[in-house]
This record gives sequence, C-alpha cells and structure tokens, in this order.
Amino acid sequence: MKIENTKILKHSHLVGDYRLLVLDAPEISVQAVPGQFVHVRIPQLEGSALRRPFSLYRAEGATISILYKVIGRGTAALATAGEGSFLDVMGPFGNGFPIPDADIMPILVAGGYGVAPLYFLATRCSQKGVLFVGGATDLDILCIEDFKSIGWDVRVATMDGSLGTKGLVTDVLDAWLKDNSDRDDYSPAGQEIFACGPDGMLKALGDRTIAGGFNGWLSLDKHMGCGVGACLACVQRLRDEYNHDYWGRVCKDGPVFESRQIVWE
Amino acid sequence: MNDSEKIDISVDIAGIKMKNPVMVASGTFGYGAEYSEFIDIDQLGAIVVKGICLDAWDGNKPSRMVEVPGGLVNAIGLQGPGVKGFDEKYMPFLRQHDVPVIVNIWGRSLEEYGEVAAAFENMEGVSGLELNISCPNVKEGGIAFGTNPTMTADVVAHVRKKTSLPLIVKLSPNVPNIVEFAKIAEAEGSDALSLINTLPAMVIDIETRKPVLSNVVGGLSGSAIHPVAVKLVWEAAKAVKIPIIGMGGIMRTEDAIEFMVAGASAVAVGTANFIDPEISLNVIEGISAYMQKHGMSSVSELTGSVLV
Ligand SMILES: Cc1cc2nc3c(=O)[nH]c(=O)nc-3n(C[C@H](O)[C@H](O)[C@H](O)COP(=O)(O)OP(=O)(O)OC[C@H]3O[C@@H](n4cnc5c(N)ncnc54)[C@H](O)[C@@H]3O)c2cc1C
Ligand SMILES: Cc1cc2nc3c(=O)[nH]c(=O)nc-3n(C[C@H](O)[C@H](O)[C@H](O)COP(=O)(O)O)c2cc1C
Ligand code: FES
Repeated sequence: MKIENTKILKHSHLVGDYRLLVLDAPEISVQAVPGQFVHVRIPQLEGSALRRPFSLYRAEGATISILYKVIGRGTAALATAGEGSFLDVMGPFGNGFPIPDADIMPILVAGGYGVAPLYFLATRCSQKGVLFVGGATDLDILCIEDFKSIGWDVRVATMDGSLGTKGLVTDVLDAWLKDNSDRDDYSPAGQEIFACGPDGMLKALGDRTIAGGFNGWLSLDKHMGCGVGACLACVQRLRDEYNHDYWGRVCKDGPVFESRQIVWE
Repeated sequence: MNDSEKIDISVDIAGIKMKNPVMVASGTFGYGAEYSEFIDIDQLGAIVVKGICLDAWDGNKPSRMVEVPGGLVNAIGLQGPGVKGFDEKYMPFLRQHDVPVIVNIWGRSLEEYGEVAAAFENMEGVSGLELNISCPNVKEGGIAFGTNPTMTADVVAHVRKKTSLPLIVKLSPNVPNIVEFAKIAEAEGSDALSLINTLPAMVIDIETRKPVLSNVVGGLSGSAIHPVAVKLVWEAAKAVKIPIIGMGGIMRTEDAIEFMVAGASAVAVGTANFIDPEISLNVIEGISAYMQKHGMSSVSELTGSVLV
C-alpha cells in the first residue's frame, strides 16, 4: 500500500458518461491484484474533500488504469484533469478476488463500471470463462471487445434492448446456468461467480450461489472515508464463522466477500 | 541535520511526554495500525484511539458519513471492540511502538464511565485516558454528559476516582458557555482538556427528502469547524490552567499553529488524516520551521501568544 504522486499518461472518453484514466504508478502497479481499488484525491476539489475509490481496471508494467463513470461533482472534476498532470493516488487497497483454480469455470457478472475489476481478473485467469454484463442501455456496456480479444464468451443484457438481450443480466445468466447444470459432467463445485455491480444485482447473485451450492465472490460498492479501515464509514453487515453478525469494513475486509459472509439488510 | 531539527518541540501534556505537540484525533486514525503502512507513527506526539466502552459496541447502521462543503458529517456511533477486544486485538501492536497511546473512553451511565476508566488502570502501554462526554452520535451517554454542568461535574469526578492515569476531558462545543464546562472539568480533577468534538449537524437528500445519515443527525468535522474551534480554545485557555489540546479542521500547519497561538499546548489532526495520511508529519515539521523563523526555542512560547 502506497501513496503515489502519479502522472496522467492517458485520459480519454470511452462511451456515454464513462472515461478511461491511465496513470504512471509503478509502486501500486506491482502490488495490485484484481478486485482491489485505489483511493484518489481529486485535485480540482477543495482541500477538505474526501478521496474517491475506484477499482483497478488494469495493472501492467508501471501503469494502472481505471475506468470511471461521471456521476457527481468529484468524478465531474476528475474528468477535467489533463494528460501530463499529476494525481495523488493511494493503494492498492482491500482484498481482491481469489484467482480461480484452472479447473473452475469462472462466471463473471458485471453491472456498469463493475466490468472494470472483472476484466483485470480475466487477464489473470489461466482459463477462459464467460462474462455476463448488464446495463440500462448500450451506453453502459463497456469493455466487451477486451474480453473477446482474450477469448472469453460475452453475454450482454440491456434494460431497453439496445444491445444484447432485453432485460436483466440475471435473466440471461439464469438461462445459461440452467443449460450448464443440464450437462452430464456438471458439478456445482466446478463453477464460481465473480461479480461487481449494484447491491440488488449482487444480492440476486448471492442467492443463486447459495441455492446452487457454489461460491460467489461479490465486490461491494460503499461510500468511503479513509479507505484504510480507520474510520468505519464503509461498513456492511457480515457473518463470521461462528454465525455472529457484525459491521465489517468494505475497504479493508472487502471489497470482495464470499456471498455466504454477507447479511443483506 | 538541518537547523529546524535542532529545535526542541517536545511537550508534556497532563504528565504524558510527547516528542512534539501533534497528536491524531480519536476516530480518525483507527488504532494506529491502519496508518502505520503510510507513516512512521512513532514520530507522532501521541495517538488517540477510537472511542471504547466496556463491551463491544455495534455502532449505527450505514450510511454513516457524508461529505459536505468544508468537511464531513459522520454518525459512526462509536463502533468498537470493547476493553477486552481492544487489549487483545490492538494493544500488542501499539506496545511495540514508541508513541504514547491515549484511549478515548465513553459509557452509557455514570457507573459505566467509571468501570471503563478503571479497566485501563493496569493495562500496559496506555499513557492516558481521554474522556469522551461529547459524542453526538449515540443515544445514551456521550453528549448528554457534556452539555449539562451537573452531569459533567459528576462524571469527571467519578472517573477521576477510578483512574490514576492522566485524564483528558473532551468537551462538547455544543454549549452556550465553554468556560463554565472547562472550569468544571478542571475543578473535578481533569489534567487537560480536548476541544473540540464534532458539531451536531444534519444533511437531507432533497430528492428523496430523507436524511442522508441513518442516524438522522451526525457530527460535523473538517475545515468548516476550524474557526469555531479556535474561538472555543481561546476562551477556555484564558479560563483554566490545565493544558488544552486543540482540534477541529486542521488541514495544514497554519491551522495547527493558529490553535497554539490561541492557547493550545498541543493539537490533534482529525478528518485530514483521511485525505492525506502524511499531514500530521508535515504539521510537525511545519511547527519547527515556524518556531525557527520566529526565533522561538520552546513550544510554550507559542502557546497562548495571541495578541488581543
Ligand atoms: C471499492 C469501490 C470501487 C469502485 N470502483 C469504481 C470504478 O471502477 N468506476 C467507477 O466509475 N466508480 C467506481 N466506484 C464508485 C465511485 O467511487 C463513485 O462513483 C464516486 O466516488 C462518485 O464520486 P462523485 O464525487 O462523482 O459523486 P458524488 O455523489 O458527488 O459524491 C459524494 C460522495 O459520495 C461518495 N459516493 C457517491 N457515489 C458513490 C458510490 N457509488 N460508491 C462509493 N462512493 C460513492 C463519493 O465518494 C463522495 O464522498 C467504486 C466504489 C467503490 C467503493
Ligand atoms: C469519523 C469520525 C469518528 C470520530 N470518532 C470519535 C470518537 O470515537 N471519539 C471522540 O471523542 N471523537 C471522535 N471524533 C471527533 C474527532 O476526534 C475530532 O474531535 C473532530 O473530528 C474534530 O477534528 P477534525 O475537524 O480535525 O476532524 C470522530 C470524528 C470523525 C470524523
Ligand atoms: S472507508 Fe474508512 S473504514 Fe472503510
């Protein structure tokens, strides 16, 4: 974990409200694992503004990339940061996704920018799996060419039907899970879900992994203060091995949790 | 070695010897370990850990924090491991370090305040207690004790009897006359005062028309409260002889020095740790540089040097 003054190597518009940021961050990059995040100080905001958390989308050589959506004043200000300028970045933070064993079928499920950490995960998998990605419209569907270029099967769902199947990403997933479970060689232990997206989607996925008897690794999105486990702002109700409930820290104990650890409100 | 390193900026607060007057405020630095990967925590004047009561405490439901112009409003609700959990989980790490550890304590009743204070009596590695009678985020205890003069007198006197450790009372800013409370705490045996805790505050989402924090109200911290805190430190410092630890919106060296000029003998950095974990170390250096520039050789020359 480091605080790095990183140079913006590339900052570009992707599609819709989404942007790509590539930073020169050698110290963070070498330590990064998929599912971890960085905590970014937005230089255009006043000095008392909190940092903003973003998942790592790529970590290659000395560079890290994040993929973000402009949703409020922080991300809007970040969008104005010029290439060649510097960003104060802390990270990499949190526990990422476990890299699946080679004999596991990885099923990745993303909502919106949730696709970013999942792409990083896909690049660290030795096998090829399947990605389900959902969004409101085709403008929320990102990175599918990235996944295709490394040989992954990509299934898209949009609420308005502008790309892929019309409806929820879980509908498309359910059909696929059913087909897969009808196979002769099917064993629940042979597949695992890795997901990042809104809480509603994550809960729906967690329910399926518990009912189906396989693992679900879910990356939660919570408002954060410190990002390092000190302030207790980012908590999620969790269950420990003795079946006791407690408020765990998404920044330090997560952001990735196995679905059985999470107690949904 | 450059000249600024030669200046002695050590202080003695309530009998706690500190290398410098810069502490980190309760609830903003976890239990020390969380930030030890970013800075050498042994360079701090002292670490004040997150508020602790007798037993483990759950805290409030999320959402617990919201950013506002000039700071943030929090309603964590004093989530903590309790005395035993703190001793087992966090003290082993802190004992390996060469930095005074001050435990911020709270209770739901007079008796509980006394019990939690007594529980630290023989805990190795604890340098002092900070009595939190000013947290706006718990239903019982907390601020109720800090905003009623009789209750303040009772709780300070009771805790004083239960502990031989240096006792720092953390006052609420939410009172009409801080001098009254500062004098009560001094008279009942407090060795120092911390000012200020967060200011009661509320944020509403105008689209849903619901409060943003699940606790409905919370405590405001950060730059926004700094001038309020400076004024309260100044008033209290004139009224009591015990040292004052100034806190509230320290974002830069200048803010810390301003507290000291107003009358604080030490300062604590809070919310700013979240934004820049290195800030307290920068403030330590900045104070040395300021003293050198102004020809001061001891922190006491800075404390209370305001010309009014
Ligand atoms: C672990 C993690 C990984 C994330 N990864 C990404 C990513 O890869 N790409 C991406 O676009 N976004 C990601 N987010 C969400 C991102 O942090 C928010 O969109 C961003 O903080 C919004 O800031 P703002 O100032 O534009 O919004 P505002 O609404 O103006 O922000 C106000 C406050 O709320 C917080 N906040 C608002 N929305 C969110 C949110 N959804 N999650 C957390 N905090 C929020 C802000 O940090 C800020 O403190 C991630 C969040 C977490 C917790
Ligand atoms: C997230 C958070 C948690 C806090 N927790 C405590 C606490 O447990 N006990 C306490 O006495 N003060 C607590 N405080 C108050 C701070 O110690 C400090 O008095 C206040 O935030 C003002 O300083 P600042 O503006 O520099 O943050 C907390 C403040 C914040 C922001
Ligand atoms: S953001 Fe501070 S504990 Fe998680």
